[in-house]
Parts: sequence; C-alpha cells; structure tokens
Amino acid sequence: MILRLCLASLTARALTVGMTVLAVALSVVLFLGVEKVRTGAKASFADTISGTDLIVGARSGSVQLLLYSVFRIGNATNNVTWASYQDIAARPEVDWIVPISLGDSHRQFRVMGTSAAFFEHYKYRQDRGLEVADGALMADLFDAVIGADVATTLGYAVGDPIIVAHGVASFTEHDDQPFRISGILEKTGTPVDRTVIVSMEAIEAIHVDWQSGARIPGQSTPIETIRQMDLTPQAVTAALIGVESPLQIFDLQRAINDYPEEPLLAILPGVALQELWGIVGIAETALLGVSAMVVVTALIGLMATIFSSLNERRREMAIFRAVGARPLTILVMLVLEAALTAAAGAIVGLGLLYLCLVVAQPLLDSAFGLWLPIERPSLQELWVVLGVIAAGAIVSLLPALRAYRMSVADGMMVRI
Amino acid sequence: MADPGPLLSLDDVHFRWPGRAPFSLNVPEFRVAAGETVLLLGESGSGKSTLLSLICGTILPQEGTITLLGTEISALKGAARDRLRAERIGVIFQQFNLLPFGTVADNVLLPLRFAPQRRARVKAPRDEVRRLCRALKLPDDLISARAALLSVGQQQRVAVARALIGQPPFIVADEPTSALDAESQGAFLDLMFERLRESGASLLMVSHDARLGARFDRVAQLSDIAVIDRLAA
Repeated sequence: MILRLCLASLTARALTVGMTVLAVALSVVLFLGVEKVRTGAKASFADTISGTDLIVGARSGSVQLLLYSVFRIGNATNNVTWASYQDIAARPEVDWIVPISLGDSHRQFRVMGTSAAFFEHYKYRQDRGLEVADGALMADLFDAVIGADVATTLGYAVGDPIIVAHGVASFTEHDDQPFRISGILEKTGTPVDRTVIVSMEAIEAIHVDWQSGARIPGQSTPIETIRQMDLTPQAVTAALIGVESPLQIFDLQRAINDYPEEPLLAILPGVALQELWGIVGIAETALLGVSAMVVVTALIGLMATIFSSLNERRREMAIFRAVGARPLTILVMLVLEAALTAAAGAIVGLGLLYLCLVVAQPLLDSAFGLWLPIERPSLQELWVVLGVIAAGAIVSLLPALRAYRMSVADGMMVRI
Repeated sequence: MADPGPLLSLDDVHFRWPGRAPFSLNVPEFRVAAGETVLLLGESGSGKSTLLSLICGTILPQEGTITLLGTEISALKGAARDRLRAERIGVIFQQFNLLPFGTVADNVLLPLRFAPQRRARVKAPRDEVRRLCRALKLPDDLISARAALLSVGQQQRVAVARALIGQPPFIVADEPTSALDAESQGAFLDLMFERLRESGASLLMVSHDARLGARFDRVAQLSDIAVIDRLAA
C-alpha cells in the first residue's frame, strides 16, 4: 500500500517528477552511450586486423608502425629492402608473408601495393576475409581494386580509369600510367575501405621514370616497354607475417629485431593496439568522467526537487504521523520515491539508448566504420542502472532526513 | 473492561517547547471516561494544539504522566507512542485531512497499515469502507475517486470514516466543523455521533464554538484545564 501511495504521490506531481525522470534518463543515455561508443570504437579498432602475428617495418616506434601499416595514418620513416624482406620470408617460422608498399595516393585515398596473398591472409573482425563485391581481383599490371568507401565517395564503378598521384598530398600524378578498376571490395569497416590496392609490380612500374621522389626530366618509358621490364620491387614499406606456430612468434620477433643487415622492427599487432589505447585512454577516461558528472548533476536535480517539495508536503507528512506512521516511515517513503524516480529515469534512459542505437547504427557505420552492436544490456550496463537507482536513494537521504526532523518537530500539527 | 477507570488521564503535566519562545503548558488534572464525549472550548492560541499533541504522543511532557487505557504514553519511546496512537486514537483535523493523491478507500484504510490490531478487527476492508461511507452518506462511486476531487464536507466525512475504521477506543477531533457552513456542521455532527454510539468510542473534540456543546456529555473550558504561561520561565 505504501508503494502504491508513493506511486500515486509521484503521478500527482507528474510534471516535476517527469522532468526529473527526463534529466536522469538523458544523463543515463549519455553515460551509457559514451561507454558504448568507447567499447565499440575499441572493438572496431581491435577488429581492424586479426590473424596477423607480426608486422615488420623499418625501425621506428611500434605505434607508428601500426598506424601507417594498418591504419594508413602517418608515413613510414624508411623502407625495408627487398633483400631483407626475402631473408625474412625464407625463415622457417614464416607461414605466410604479405608485402605492403605505401607512399602514393589517389585523391584523398591512400594507394597500397601488395601481393595477391593480401586478399587471402588479411582478416578483420576475428576471421572475416576480404570479399569482392563487384568485378574481380587484379589480373593485369595496371589493375586496381578499390575499397567500398573509395567507390562510394568518388562514384567509381568497375572498368573506370584511375590515376595515382605521387605522394600523399601531391599534384604530381602518375598520369602516364593510368590504372583500371578491376574490382570493388565489400565494406569491412576497416581502413581497407579507404584504400586503393594495386600489385607490388604496379608500384614499381609507375616509378620507373622516377628517382628520389621526382620525375626524371624528359624521360618517359612507354607502357609496352615497362611491361617487358623486370618489376621486382626494390623495397617494401612493411610486411604482415603469419607464423607456423604461435610458439614461434617471439623467436621470430627477436630474430627480426636483431637482424644484422638492416635496422628492422617487428611488432605484435595486439600489443601495439594496447599501447595505442593507452595513449587514447586518457581522452577516453576524460569523456567518461564528464558523462559521469552529468549523471551526478541529474541526481542533484532529483535531490533539489525533493527538497523543494518538502514544504508543500508537510500536510501529507502530518496526516501520516496522525494515523500512526513513525518519522522513520516518512523517511523511507521519501527515499522510496527517489529510488522509483531514479529507476524510472534509468529505465527510460536505457530505452532511449536503444532507440538512439537503432537510429544511429547505420549512420555511424557508414560515416566512421564504427559498428555498435545492438544486444542485450551487458552486466556492466545493468550495474550502471542499479548504481543510478542506489545513488538516487542515497542523495535523497539528505532531504529525507530533513523531512524526518520536520515530522518529529511538527508531529501532527503543521505550523505554517 | 473490568475496571471502567478513565480512558485518558493527565496528571501534573508540565510542558515547555524546547528552545522556542517562552511558552509553557500545565495540566494539573484532566480525565476522559470510557465512552464519554467531551467538548473542549478554546480560542486558537490557547494551547489546544500543544495539548492534543501531548495526548496523541507526538510530543512528551517534561513532567507529569499521561495515561491512555492504562498505558502511560509519557513513559513510552517514540516508536511505541506512534504505535499506540495508530492502534487507539482516530484523529480528525480541521481540514486537509486526506492525502489528495490517494483514493477515498486508500485514505480510509491508511491507519490499518500502521495498526495491526485495528486491521485484525476489519475482516473485509473493502466492505467495511463501503459500509462506513454509506453510513456517512458518501455515495459509493466516490470510494474509488481521488480525495482531491471531494468537497470539503465530503472530505471531513471521509476523515471520520478513517478515524473510526478498526474501532479505536478514542477519537480526537480538532475543530472538525470549522471549515463547514452552519448547515453542514449539524449534519456532520449528527453523522459522527451516530457512528460514535455504534462503536462506543470516546470523543475529545476541541472547538471555539460553544453552540455545539448540547450534543456532548461534558463541556469544559480549555483555560480551566490547562494553564498557559507565556512569560520567561
């Protein structure tokens, strides 16, 4: 009956209670939303590369190597010579090795030279491989395969010509050797979507008339001649490696890092990702902190609402006292009301969150390659909901204690 | 009861509001017999609120004893006093008796929540509410209506039903008719006394209106019973 009266009392003050519920709900949406985006981003990030045991590049920082080889962010400081690459490829621990050559671009998208093995071994989201949505993989020297975002942003279709520019932000184009789009990949939500993929030989071919990053003046080798040339790469930017047995990862890593002929660096993608998250983590924690403060603000609003309702409810409390309620009962009722309000807020918030997810999921996926799964509330989210309810009850103790003292002093007689 | 001694007795009661403006109330002796109806006449500010609070046990006297049905209220702890009030006293205020957001039935049944003995005496709560409401000339369809929608006269009658449910032996009424017009006052008191005769409860009613005295067994002046001292003690 007390619970029913609490509910009746709350519905009688529907407007103010509704506002409080809304404030709590929005704060819960924000807090859980930030948490969802955070874990979603982390998962998307971690899902960018899987199945690769080691990434090898010229010696620099592990995060830098990870960023340019996988995320196409930043540039390599140096290349790995073809001889070193072949030395590593020949090691018994190596099950497969995929070369990557970066440095050119098409419009705002990076161009990556690689071998056919890339399409076989590059995995994302656990064990998903690259699929061709339209067309086929490269068959000719001047064939290119483009990622889904490249195709949609630039409106390309299979068969369209594509000209590669030298460097990442450059107007110097390799316009004497135009490529043809042979295939478009399925969307993956990884940086592959924003990459133009050509063969290692093609990278070599478009640089035939180039030296030290500039075109040799007056020289223009005809395409037919290029096709006859030996297009064995001279260097690679990085390489992805799969080992025969997981036990060999560290042996191979040590061997590469100690490679005597050239300073090289081998990293474990997972470890480097962790390192990267360690850096991003500060911002992430700050964001979570801010959204937690919003929850606290909403709860203080709840407390203020109860405080301001106390005076107009003195009659009510006097009636309860007259029929024999103890001051403690009045305290419990106020706390119960606050907990109910907070619970309503938290549950409405959870509902709103799912609504937002349903609406925003495809948008976030297409805009940022961020996939937020819609699933049952996690245990952690349920704890947040419970925490908000408990915190609502706790902050209401302050006005409830005041009501307790008021009802002891007033008794049944309200002096106004 | 074997001993038909007084239902309520106050002896040498002395009360001062702690820390407030100097105000003290002394009651040398005051009794209400079982089944008796007593009208206490007093203007506002004559200490009636303080006296009723003492009798109902929401405040404690510094000296003296207050005994209700053989239990010394003034010797009980807070929770026990609240429990005693719930079980033995039905209270009717001047106005604003009801929880506006609850239904009439909620309001009438409210004391039972805090008084197990009274609850045990009511076999079928809903039927008892209907019976009391009918006896007090409240239409059946009001029972499930929200109390805020009732007229003042109807609210006062619901307050009577609430005070009477579960048959407490003692009803305390604080100017229950002052919010009503003269015509309704008579009708209201007729209905209330009818119910009191049925339940056999005692009534202590405070009012400033001496014309109501004819209905009561005994009329007393508050100033004769309680000595108020407003000087600094």
